[in-house]
This record gives sequence, structure tokens and C-alpha cells, in this order.
Amino acid sequence: MNSVSPVVSPVVLPIEACDYRTQCEPVRARFDKLKGREVALRVEKLTKTFRKPDGGTTVALKDIDLVTHRREFLCVVGPSGCGKSTFVRILAGLETSTSGVVSVEGVPVSGPGADRGMVFQGYTLFPWLSVLRNVAFGLEENGTPRREAEREARQWLALIGLEAFADSYPHQLSGGMKQRVAIARALATRPRILLMDEPFSALDTQSRARMQAYLIEIWKKIDITIVFITHDLDEAVHLADRILVLSAHPGEVAELIEVPVPRPRSHNQALTPEFRATRTRLDALIHPPKDEAEESVAPDVVTRMTSAGDEVE
Amino acid sequence: MRQGVERTSPPPCGEGTEVGVAPPASAAVGRPTTPTSNSSPQGGGGARVSSPISPRRRSWVGVARPLSPRRRTTLAILSFLIPLLAWAAVSYVPFLWHPLVEVTEPGDIAWMEPGMRVPKAAFAEEVASAKTAGTAEPAGRPANPVYLPAPHEVATAFWTSLTAQPTQRDAIRLPLSLWHSIQIIAFGFVLSSLVGVPLGILCGAQPTLARLTEPVIEFVRYMPAPAFGALMVAILGIYDGPKIAIIVIGTFFQQVLVIANTTRRIEPLLIEAALTLGARNLRLIRRVIVPAMLPQLYRDQRILLGWAWTYLIVAELIGTSSGITFFITQQARYQHFDNVYAAILIIGLVGSITDLALAWLGRRLFPYDRSEA
Repeated sequence: MNSVSPVVSPVVLPIEACDYRTQCEPVRARFDKLKGREVALRVEKLTKTFRKPDGGTTVALKDIDLVTHRREFLCVVGPSGCGKSTFVRILAGLETSTSGVVSVEGVPVSGPGADRGMVFQGYTLFPWLSVLRNVAFGLEENGTPRREAEREARQWLALIGLEAFADSYPHQLSGGMKQRVAIARALATRPRILLMDEPFSALDTQSRARMQAYLIEIWKKIDITIVFITHDLDEAVHLADRILVLSAHPGEVAELIEVPVPRPRSHNQALTPEFRATRTRLDALIHPPKDEAEESVAPDVVTRMTSAGDEVE
Repeated sequence: MRQGVERTSPPPCGEGTEVGVAPPASAAVGRPTTPTSNSSPQGGGGARVSSPISPRRRSWVGVARPLSPRRRTTLAILSFLIPLLAWAAVSYVPFLWHPLVEVTEPGDIAWMEPGMRVPKAAFAEEVASAKTAGTAEPAGRPANPVYLPAPHEVATAFWTSLTAQPTQRDAIRLPLSLWHSIQIIAFGFVLSSLVGVPLGILCGAQPTLARLTEPVIEFVRYMPAPAFGALMVAILGIYDGPKIAIIVIGTFFQQVLVIANTTRRIEPLLIEAALTLGARNLRLIRRVIVPAMLPQLYRDQRILLGWAWTYLIVAELIGTSSGITFFITQQARYQHFDNVYAAILIIGLVGSITDLALAWLGRRLFPYDRSEA
């Protein structure tokens, strides 16, 4: 095992594929415009260590540096255990960092706040409140009178197309609808940044595709910067402007990829050379070749227990 | 489906999938009878390998599935009926148990009286000695001890104790004593809850407060509440005060710990979501923590109320006896065991009916709560 170099080997690209770093003209123009906008989120030398029960320490995140601009869509991917969730929870203020600074529009973050909305992986709508009251919750907590908050919440429900369900309760909604309401609830307090921690991973493939389309629509209409954690690499390429790739043990920035796929995006783009090149690069970063060799099943591992001539394949 | 039956060549789905099971007779027409003699090209060669484990083994234990409503009702009725039938059998079938003889005719035995219950052996001895002496033999019928009355006797006592005036002058009526007990319970439970529920919630939500209070509460919890009886009488007098105090002591310490644990079991994501939406401190408790735990808090309170009933019996023996316990001890002293059973049954009934009513109310109050009430 030690004979294999730990350094990521150069990726062998398909012949027709291009380099993921080459950007066509509209894409480059878009990135220039994006980088011209003011900084929404700045992360400097962010480190998080956990104390283990045996007294030792684990480094979950190490020296993460990141700058995102207003209205950017940033995806964060990485192998399991790389600390993506810890990262987004620190951004949300739900966990404290060991060292380093997170600032939103120049203001350092300490604890959760209304400038950052969060959508969780699990369903976190309050089951005792109607859909409308769920969306109004954040507004009421920040001092808006109830009537006013509900009127505003109704507008948010209209935006996500769920006005008809205003008086329903969360347990009456499908998984995708629940996450749509959760997005509306997080947006209702007018945050600067929307943090999303694998929000669609509990959904089936069709609902997930629909939710991605909804999210893009919302993002286009609202002045919001999105930080989106996912383990689905296709989802990351489909949604993101830039993809922050973290490596595991410790969680460090492996690469910050600018996605060369032009917008508006559609699922048909999954076959385009830009998409495939980006995807191949992500695969190479997240599943280094040596891992796959270890995990592949050798044909003679399983003893044959059927009669000859009864083959299925 | 019908078409599939008419065309016999492709067997309907699901048939013949179990390993080693012969194809059913209906399908055998269009198919070779045994799998080994199968030589048709689409069937493929090779013998099936049969599993050594019988597919017919059934398991009576598994993940619990809900029973049909009809089955549930039947089983619930049976659960009451079986002990009742056992009781009736022991009471009415003369050769089952009946260790005593109830004297109907004392004959010439000086110490016997009609209605007296004598051990079988002693009775047989007296009969034998009367026979040899040539005196009149005593007569009697098999009987159970006085502390096991027959179901119909308890049923009659149940009805009379509810309706009729008591025969003894100093006796009190069952409904009155029961009402007194219910008041004691309600008082004690409400007093305990007024402090215990908020303290439990705060302990569950705030680790510092929890560590500051829970160790000592845990310590006091192991002191049996009745042990405080004499102390409470000294402080609060001999009437209802010490009784309520015993119920409070018995409930409060458990209540704080149970409710603190319930609070700690709230889905943490709900609290985090509320934090990111700007909820803080008391508003967080009032608008998220309390509603999130309310269904379980309600169930906890139902269980704690059941415990309060068990403390009641001890509490009512402290100072001047009162309430349902006074009724029971008094009737037991008079050897009116039918009344004793009737009173115990009434406690059971009041408890169960309260619990059923609260469960029903809970389902109405928390329609979003999917866990079993």
C-alpha cells in the first residue's frame, strides 16, 4: 500500500473531453462579473479540532480560506468525514471554530444570526405550526408583529408555489414540499447567505431534480448567496458557480473549482464535455484511484454455490 | 389476471419462486413436472440447489405490527375475561381449591356455629369422632377463605357501596371517601407539577442548571416518600396537609428528572433551526422547546399521575386515616372483604378511566404526534 503515491495522480481525460479549467466566453464573463461584486462571506484560516474521549484531538478542519461574492452559488463537496457539515455549522454559528474568522459582509460571526439562513438535511419544520406560521416564525422572532409576519409569509409561500398549503401542517406535506417550505422559512428573515446542508439528500431522484430547479429559480429572483453542501457530485456541478472540494483527515481545501458549464443549466448538459471534465476532476479528487482498487470485489472472493450450466450472466 | 390463467404456458408471477417447492398442480399442465427433467431451451440447464433451511419456519416474535381493530377489541376483552373466568372457576367449582368447610349444621359439636369456616381436616376429624361417639354429625359445604369472596358477592358489594347507606354508624360511604382521595391526589399532583414541570424543562434546556440541581434531586429521589410521614405530621398537622405533602414528595423529584430527560430528547435540529431563525432564551423555550416536547410531556404526566395513586394509599394512613384507604382498612377490620375488593376495583376503574380519557384528549390535542399514545 505504501508503494502507491499519496499524491493525486494526473487525471486521464477522455479524448473528446476538454480541460475543466478552460471556460468559454460567456462563462468567463460571468465569473468576471461575479468577482466584481462585493464579498459576501469571508473565511480565514478556519480550524476546528475536536477532543476525543481518550484525550487526543482530531483535526476536523484545517486552515480553510474562502471568499465568496454576493449572489454566488457555492457548493461544498468532499469525501465522507471531511467535515463539510462541521464547516457549514460553523458558518451558521451553531458550532464554534477553534481558530480562524468567519465574517459576513465584513461583520465577524459569533453564534447563529438572522444574516444567515439555514436549511438542514433532516426535516426541521415545526410540526405543531401550520405551514404559514412556520414561514412566519423567523419574522416573529425578529420582532415583526404576527399579522404583518403572516402577510409577508404568504408572499414567500407564493414564491415557492405553496400558497394552497398555507393552513396545512408539515406532516401533511411530501418530503420535497417540506424542504421548499424550509427554504421559504429560512429566506423569510432576509438573510444575506443561505446555508444548505445536504438539503435534498433524503429525496428521491425525481423530487431532487425538481427541487434543484426550484432552488435555481429562487436564487435567480432573490439577492442571496448560497453555500450548498452535497455529496452528490452531479448535483454540485449542476448547481454551482464554484465548487469547494475538501479533502479528509484533516479537512483541508483540496481545490476550488470554477464550474465551466454555461448557464442557464439543464440536466441535458450532463453529457457536455465541460460537465464531464468537471465531474471527472471531482471524482479524481474525492475518490483517489487507490481507494477503488481496494474496494473492488475480486471474482474469486465468493465461493460458487450453483450447478454448472445454471449461469445468470 | 384472468387472461394469465387461461394461457397456461407462462406461469403467473409469484409461483414456484420458493426454493424446492414443487410447482402447483394447475401450472403442471403446461410445464414439465419436475425441475430436474426440464430440457426446454428457455428453461436453462442445471439442477436447482435447494436450501438446507426450511422456508416454512414461522416466527412469533418480530417487529410489532399493528393488529386489526377487531382483533384488538377481542384481545382486550379476553385480557379481562381470562382472570375473571379463573376467579369464577375457583369460586364456583366446589372441587377447585376450597380448603375450608362452611358449617351449615353444627350437629352436637359444641364449638361450631352455622356460617363458621373450618379447615377441611378439622371438620373431617369432628365428623369421624361424632360417628364413633354416636352423636349428631355436623354438616357443611366446601368453602374458600373469607378473604376470597365470589365474583357475584363483590359485584353486589360494589353496587351497594355505591348506592346504599352504610350499616355501621361510624362507617363512611365509599363515594364520599373516594371523592376525598381524588381531591388529595389532584391537590398534590397540581402542586408538584407547578414547580416540577418548569424546573424539569429548565434543567433539560440548560446544562448548568441541570448539574446544579439534578444530583441532589437524584439523591432525595431514593428516600421513600412515606418515610417523611411522621415529619410531615409534625410540620403540617394531622389532617390533609401531610397527605398532600407525601404525594408531592413522591411525585416531584421523579417529575423533575423525567421531564428534564424528555426535554433533552427533543430533536436537536428543531432547536438549531429555531436558533438560526433568531429565537432566543425564554422565547425559544416557550415557542419551540415546550411545543416540541408537549406530547411526550403529556404522556409523562399521565404516568406520574399513576404513581401519585400508589402514594395515596400510604399518605392516607398518615395522621387521621381518611379517604378510600380508611374505607378499605375499616371494611377489612369488619372482615367485609367483598367491600374491600369493591373499593380496590373502584380505584382501578377511576385510574383507568382517567388514563383513557387523557389518552383520548391527547390524540385530539396533538394530531401531529405520530408516536403511540
